[in-house]
Formats: sequence, C-alpha cells, structure tokens
Amino acid sequence: MSTATKTPTAPDSRRTPSKAARLLGDRRLPVVVTATLFLVMYIVGLTRYQNFGFGEPQVFLNLFIDNGYLLVAAVGATFVILSGGIDLSVGSVIGFTTMLTAWLVEKQGLPILVVIPIALGVGAFGGFLMGYVIHNFEIQPFIVTLAGLFLFRGLCLIVSKESIAIDDSSVSSMAQAQAQLGVGFLSVGAIIALVVLAIAFYVLHYTRFGRRVYAIGGNENSAMLMGLPQGGTKIAVYTVSGFCSALAGLLFTLYIQSGDPLHATGMELDAIAAVVIGGTLLTGGSGYVVGTLFGVLVLGLIKSIIQFEGTLSSWWTKIATGVLLCAFILIQRAMTARKKT
Amino acid sequence: MTTTPRWRALTQHNLFWPVAVLVVLLLINVPFTPGFFSIKMTDGHLYGSLVSIVLFGSPLILVAVGMTLVIATGGIDLSVGAVVAITGALTCSYISDEANQDSLSGVFLAMGIGLIAAVVCGLWNGFLVARMGIQPIIATLIIMVAGRGVAQLITDGQIITINSEPYKLIGGGYWLTLPFSIFVVAAVVAIMVALTRRTALGLLVESVGGNAEASRLVGIRSMRIKIMVYVFCALCAGIAGLMISSNTSAADGNNAGLWIELDAILAVVIGGTSLTGGRFSIGGTVVGALVIQTLTTTIYTIGVPTQTNLVFKAAVVIVVCLLQSPKFRAKVFGAKFRSGTGTKDGGTSSATPADGASTTAAAPKMEVS
Repeated sequence: MSTATKTPTAPDSRRTPSKAARLLGDRRLPVVVTATLFLVMYIVGLTRYQNFGFGEPQVFLNLFIDNGYLLVAAVGATFVILSGGIDLSVGSVIGFTTMLTAWLVEKQGLPILVVIPIALGVGAFGGFLMGYVIHNFEIQPFIVTLAGLFLFRGLCLIVSKESIAIDDSSVSSMAQAQAQLGVGFLSVGAIIALVVLAIAFYVLHYTRFGRRVYAIGGNENSAMLMGLPQGGTKIAVYTVSGFCSALAGLLFTLYIQSGDPLHATGMELDAIAAVVIGGTLLTGGSGYVVGTLFGVLVLGLIKSIIQFEGTLSSWWTKIATGVLLCAFILIQRAMTARKKT
Repeated sequence: MTTTPRWRALTQHNLFWPVAVLVVLLLINVPFTPGFFSIKMTDGHLYGSLVSIVLFGSPLILVAVGMTLVIATGGIDLSVGAVVAITGALTCSYISDEANQDSLSGVFLAMGIGLIAAVVCGLWNGFLVARMGIQPIIATLIIMVAGRGVAQLITDGQIITINSEPYKLIGGGYWLTLPFSIFVVAAVVAIMVALTRRTALGLLVESVGGNAEASRLVGIRSMRIKIMVYVFCALCAGIAGLMISSNTSAADGNNAGLWIELDAILAVVIGGTSLTGGRFSIGGTVVGALVIQTLTTTIYTIGVPTQTNLVFKAAVVIVVCLLQSPKFRAKVFGAKFRSGTGTKDGGTSSATPADGASTTAAAPKMEVS
C-alpha cells in the first residue's frame, strides 16, 4: 500500500540518493546498529555496575560460555531464515538431544564419544526429513517444522518423563575443561560455538552453497530460472539447521549436565529473535551471520544486566527481548521500504 | 473411472476430510470405552465423553475461529497464547483485589478490563501488519515473546487464585444442563458465521487474503479489514483466556494458553483453510479444533501413556498436511487410480462444471483466482 503512494518520488531519490537514503539502503546497517547497541549496553553496564565487577573480562567471556548453545542454534536458524524459510523445531530438537544424550550415556552406558555422532546424526536426519517434506510436497515450512516441534518434544517425553542427571566422569571433565586466554577462560562449548560461527561465515560467504542460500531467499523463482538446484539447497538448509540444533543440544547438555524433557522450551523464539536483532531480513536473502553473533550477545547481555541489577525479575528479559525485537523489525521495515521505492 | 460423481463431489467437499478424521477418531474410542457415546444426566448436568470434549475444547475452538479469519487474510497470529495469559492475569488480579469477589459488577468490570487489554493487543498487531506492512509472523512474534513477560509482571510471577462464584460460571459452570462455555462458543461462532456469510464481510476478508493490493484498488479498505481481523482474533483469545482462568480459578502467567497458538493453527489447517489465505471455512475450523481435543481425550481414555500425545499430534499434522498437498496426492493417489483429473488439478475450474453438485465446493476457490 505504501509503495503505491511513494512511487512518484522514487525516480528523484534514485538519481541523487541522499546520504540518509544510502545509509538506509546499506545492507550492513542493521549489523552496525546491533553492534553499536551492544557496545552502548556494555558501556552503560560498565558505568552502572563498576563496583560489582562488571568490568572483569570474564564477565564478557561468560557471555559466550552462557550463550554458546544459543549461538549455535541461532546460526542454524540464520541459514533457514536467509533461505526464506523458518524453523520452529529448534527448541524441541535441542531438548530431545539433551534427553537422548543423557539417556544413552546414563541408562545405556555408551561412551560420550559414541553418543555425540548419534545425536548429531539424529538431529541432521530430522532436519533432512523436514526439508524433504517442505520441498517435495510444497507444504509451508511453518507447518512442517511445527510438526517437527511436536514430534521431537513428544519423543523427549517418550525417552523419559523424568529428567536424567549425567554423572559420567568424561562428560563432566569435558564440561569443566577450560581454555585459558590470559585475561579469563572459555569453556569447550563456547569455543565450539565460535568455530561453528566461523564455519558458517565461510560457508555463507565463500562457497557456492552459501550463494545459493542467498539466491533462493532473495527470489525463489529467479533462482529456479537461473538453474540453481533449488530442492537440494532447501533440503540442505534444513539439514544444517537440524544439525546445528543437535549440536546446540549437545552444548546445552554440557552446560547443564542433565537431560530434561522440558529443556529449551521456546528456544526457537530466542534463536529467531537473535537472528532478527542481528539484522537478517525475515523475508530471506539479506543478512549476515556475524549479525547473529551480535544478536545473541545482546540477548545474553540483557540477561547479565538483569542479573547484575538484582531487583529486576526474570520476566523483564522477555519484555526487553520483545521491545528490542519490535525496534529492529521497524528498522528492517524502514530499510525495505526504501529499497522498493 | 469407477467412482460415481456423487461420491467424488462428497470427497471434494471441503468438510469431508476433517469430518472423516473426526469420525474415525471417535470410533477408535468405542472398543476401548464401551459407553463412549452415552450421555448421562447427573443432578441436572449432562455428563459424558462427548460433552467433556466440547467443554475442554471450547477455548481452543474460540481461538481457532479467530485465527481462521486472520489466516484467511493471509496472515497469522502467534500472539494468541500470550493474549490468553494477559487477559486471565488482568482479570484475576482485578477480582482478587476486590473485597467481595462474588459481586457481579466487579466481575463484569474485571472481564471488561481483561477484554480491553486483549483488544489493545489485537490493535497493536493489526497496526504493525496493516499499517507498517510487517510480515504477520514477525509482527505477532513481538507480543508472543513480550506478552508472557507482561502477564508475569501483572501477576508478579505468582499464580493468582480467586474464589468467585459468578466468574466460575464462564469456564466451569453449567446452564440449562450443559456447560456454560458451550453457549459462549456457540454464540461467538454464530455471530461470526452470520457476519461473514450473511453479509459481504466474509467475501471482503477472502478478497483481502487473495490479493490485498487488488482489493484495495477495487475499493476495499483492506487495511481496515486486516486490523479488524486481528482485533477479532485477539478478542476471541481474550474470551478463551477468561474461560481458561475461570475453569481453574487461577491465573498463571507462564502456562495459561501455552502452545494454544500452535494448536489453533493446527485446527485451522485441519479444517481445510489454506495458510496462504484467500478462503476460509469456519465449520472446518470448529471440526478441526474438535479433532485435536478428541485426539487428546482419546489418548487419555485408551490408556496410551499421555506423553505420546505430542507425537500423535505431530503424526496428525503430517498426515493432514500431506493429504492436503496437491503434489503429494498426485504422487501417491494420482499414479494409482487415474492420471490427471479429479483431486489433482480438478479442484480448479476445469473439471468442476461437469458435475453441478460440487459447484458449492468450488465456488470459494474461484474467488481466489
């Protein structure tokens, strides 16, 4: 509707794009905004909680340690959203992975090194199945992954209704392993998350597969007319998301050292919110995985600030996330409206 | 071609599959609970499995019916669960502050406040979708995320319990031997059917869903229609929130209406309303919501461990969606029975004029194109 009314002014603005218009049209803008927001929040935190040790480098590193699993899940969601789809099954797959891992390690006595590939395989296979159905039967990703959400949460409960604590010594030694960085330390989970981020960055920006993801998200029809293997890419994207969710589940297991059928309920929303706050367009085709990193960091920082504040209750996290989400959606809207005219 | 035209017309009717699924689900119960269809009269109230299915399903029916209109305009509303929680929280916290919780005026005022909050949520969603042109999934995600936080803020993170007789009526009371909530649902559905099928409103909603821009050029105020639809959906969710909190006499900001948006969308899809918008079937949605509730009840009564509930639900989603997917039907059934006609592409105009009986089913589809 708004496009029609703005059309008359369009030619002028294209010929001599004003500085503001050029800035708004830049695809990197949301990432920059998110990074700035993160910095501002961090500085505000520094000034406000100076005496409570907010300035310790470890507080910053803890953002990665406490949100490593979310980062991995959000990276998976970035792939799906870039391709123009959506994956609602992320949280359930994470929950199922914690459950499966705990069950296989504790009840079946399998060594963790055997369990890890099994869990990753199950997650990737689940993602593959969803991608297969989405592509071959042309059902909306929303509904298919909704079925996935129900399925994996249900499978969680079938594995066990009770939570299973993991006492296995190799798991706890893995969970407690730390990499010293001089000023602080990072856990195994945080390092894996950063490696995943680096791989995703490489794949999305420097490989054929990455370009196909962007192309399909940008315009599926033209991608198809260009002869890109649309089906394979779509299925691969959901497989990547399933794999990332399973990996996030493993990291979550390490982080929390138990399996519970209700772990990570609603985590898909956190992941999607992180991706949106990171500046990826939900219509697909535009965004950066680095933005997702900042999105996750901002969400993590909200949690830390609320902890440092002390008087605020946990539900303020949800409200703050919602407000941020709203703000970034409006920024996205302003950007896309400019681009169309 | 062995099938008769009449049979084909029946199977092509948009209510055929949902009703068939519902009937099959109900019949599955019979071998497990012999008296499944019997309805007993105990101290003036009707009891029986069928009554309880409708009773426990009524919030879902309400939410799903509201969702149907939103989906018909090509949108989606993820925020209904949060709206359920907010309405329940506001109403219960107001009632619990009253000196006399049984006073009718206080209860009505509380319900009014709750419903106004729901309408405000709907207006916000409608504003974002229609005015700002944001994708519905995302616009409503905001309240879905923030709404539960707000609900917990209202209840202060506690579960507020109340003890109010008049308020108890709406979700747990009986009237004329039947649960009162059935009457509420019936009234809402009747009003909605009257508004959408007896006036041009339904047609307008479908045309906005079919092509919002074209409808605007024709002279339909599509923006207004969209906002109205979101407000209506939120209002339905608000009433459902009243029912849920009244049934348990408590407001739980965290768990009230949890995942009801997914169930509602599922009900709409089972009912045959396409998620791409452009046509809708209120009857189908009601049947779809009943299918979901029957499934839950069936799982309880036949003694399958309740934790498999979600797996069954997933199976139903997959089966229903596959059955509705033209590509799947063409692949599986098309090759076996006949090539081309009927189910595959016969749904559009080409095959329908042949048998007049199915024109009613085909009529809404024509509006889309």
